[in-house]
Amino acid sequence: MSMLDTTLESPVHEHHGPAKGLGRWLFTTNHKDIGSLYLWFSLLMFFIGGCMALMIRAELFQPGLQLVEPGFFNQMTTMHGLIMVFGAVMPAFVGLANWMVPMMIGAPDMALPRMNNWSFWILPFAFAMMISTLFMDGGAPNFGWTFYAPLSTTYAPPSVTYFIFAIHMMGISSIMGAINIIATILNLRAPGMTMMKLPLFCWTWLITAFLLIAVMPVLAGVVTMMLMDIHFGTSFFNAAGGGDPVLFQHVFWFFGHPEVYIMILPAFGIISHIIPTFARKRLFGYASMVYATASIAILSFLVWAHHMFTVGIPLAGELFFMFATMLIAVPTGVKVFNWVATMFRGSMTFETPMLFALAFVVLFTIGGFSGLMLAIAPVDFQYHDTYFVVAHFHYVLVPGAVFAIMAGAYYWLPKWTGHMLDERMGRLHFWLSFIGVNITFFPMHFIGLAGMPRRIPDYALQFADFNMVASIGAFIFGLSQLIFLWNVIACVRGGEKAEARSWEGAEGLEWEVPSPAPYHTFATPPKLPEALR
Amino acid sequence: MSTQPDNRRLVRRLIFSCVLMFGFGFALVPLYDVFCEVTGLNGKITNTGPVALEGPDLSRPIKVRLIAVHNEGMPWEFGPVDGLIETHPGEMKQTAFHATNPTGRRMVAQAIPSVAPAEAAQYLHKVNCFCFEQQTLLAGESVEMPLLFVIDRQLPEHIRSLTLSYTLFDISPEVSVAEQAEKEQPL
Repeated sequence: MSMLDTTLESPVHEHHGPAKGLGRWLFTTNHKDIGSLYLWFSLLMFFIGGCMALMIRAELFQPGLQLVEPGFFNQMTTMHGLIMVFGAVMPAFVGLANWMVPMMIGAPDMALPRMNNWSFWILPFAFAMMISTLFMDGGAPNFGWTFYAPLSTTYAPPSVTYFIFAIHMMGISSIMGAINIIATILNLRAPGMTMMKLPLFCWTWLITAFLLIAVMPVLAGVVTMMLMDIHFGTSFFNAAGGGDPVLFQHVFWFFGHPEVYIMILPAFGIISHIIPTFARKRLFGYASMVYATASIAILSFLVWAHHMFTVGIPLAGELFFMFATMLIAVPTGVKVFNWVATMFRGSMTFETPMLFALAFVVLFTIGGFSGLMLAIAPVDFQYHDTYFVVAHFHYVLVPGAVFAIMAGAYYWLPKWTGHMLDERMGRLHFWLSFIGVNITFFPMHFIGLAGMPRRIPDYALQFADFNMVASIGAFIFGLSQLIFLWNVIACVRGGEKAEARSWEGAEGLEWEVPSPAPYHTFATPPKLPEALR
Repeated sequence: MSTQPDNRRLVRRLIFSCVLMFGFGFALVPLYDVFCEVTGLNGKITNTGPVALEGPDLSRPIKVRLIAVHNEGMPWEFGPVDGLIETHPGEMKQTAFHATNPTGRRMVAQAIPSVAPAEAAQYLHKVNCFCFEQQTLLAGESVEMPLLFVIDRQLPEHIRSLTLSYTLFDISPEVSVAEQAEKEQPL
């Protein structure tokens, strides 16, 4: 501690607190400020996307068309997906990385602070543009978040052009964020922190950042092709002009599959911090965690056509993509095994972050198993485009990515705010979310296997009961997120004073600085604590 | 801190990889065509033009079904003269599709062929096909469009029948835009 106190008063660097007023947030280059901006922004998007999900579930509460027009329903499914993927999950991870990566590796800030500011401030404009399409003639994009051509080209509403530019801006923001994280982790580590001593959240984010750099430009490419097809008379995806709509799906999923790992790898990192803390043991199999993450990332480039088993790819292709997909279960299994082994004979306690982390391990594994079922090419013909797919990816994204983000937020809130959170409210939030999420998404497995197609506002009568159950669950889950908002605000405003090491078993450089973390940390590189040496 | 030049070099490299991957996205378009051509997937027919005849293999009867599909909103009457053709590998066959433009305006159409099973696509040689060019029909005009094809003797044994399907697209708007542009640019 004494080392840190001296760095804070060090005369070499001129230290100043945050600027006053709105300007602080507009012009800030401080990684903590930008991290907070990202996190608040993603929380806002989470609630907007969540309202859209509730509109979908309200319409599906009963068979028949009650509340919204079918066209508007399609806009809701599309915008819900886009906002949750690009607006809620990805910025939340970037926000966590901004806050935690420099503190974990003992860096004073991100490597490129001005670019950091820019990469955040593009986002509100991108999403303002995208959400504004809801109020345009012809309505918002209605072709699903996967925007398959020709639905998104020939048959798209005029607002598709705004959607394309919004995607371009989000892509640029993500790429800049990724470049920043790579530069920070590779160049700004404290002396003695070798790559194999890097905290796992940094490792998983480093690999995620490389995935982003590899695939976000491909996404930019595919929307550019759409733009050219729509406005400049090219025929990339137009069969009449010699193009091919199936090409769209290939290019899209070449981006899309690594993208789904972009949304889960940082979650793996967060969980790999929380479980050791509350099991009071070191993480089991650190090196195998790193290699497993890297293998998942590499395999993610070789499996994209498993989203397209039904487009008519040949037998050899179906077999290749089927087995390559199943291969991913191996490194993922290694990770789950390591988390369980970390807990084995640990002295566990069950604070809110740990509850979310445990739910993550169990429910993400369920989502992984339904993914394995979908990977089986012959049966995928039955599951394709049904609610089974919806159940699968919501299990890996909601109690997977979203629970991990919430676990991370609860885990690091004491470090950010200097206050411990209200444990009772945290547990209430956890149990309502846990129960709500399962009531919502578990019945979708059954109605999907029974043949209910996704993205349709009406359904056959035999699906009525399970849909009603799912809708009730959705409202429980959705409303219980207000407790999370209350928790965060309460924790910012006050509460029990948090110590530097806010959780008993927490290890790492971020727990060596006081709570709340001072505006500038590690102006001079720290000495690694005993546990990390 | 001495990391400033390191950062710069790293950022340059990362931006370069981004540009490279953006290019790769577009490179996927020709790569996709090449891949389909090499593997014969996708039912795209690539063997066109004159072919050296080796004489028919009369021991193998092959049924070829001809199918006509209208793309959405295409008002033409369009169909094969003969829906089912019996042929043999190596035998040259001539048939035709007829088309009528029932509307009151001049229209331009493009037919896009596809073969099922996709495996057979690379063994279908088209010597002459109306799909090689655009078809223009005045209001009420009819036309018989010829098709001359040979099935390769290398056709795998297990294929006994195949389907050749044409989808007719209305490309009048695109063509009129191009014609307009030509008129406005006198040579």
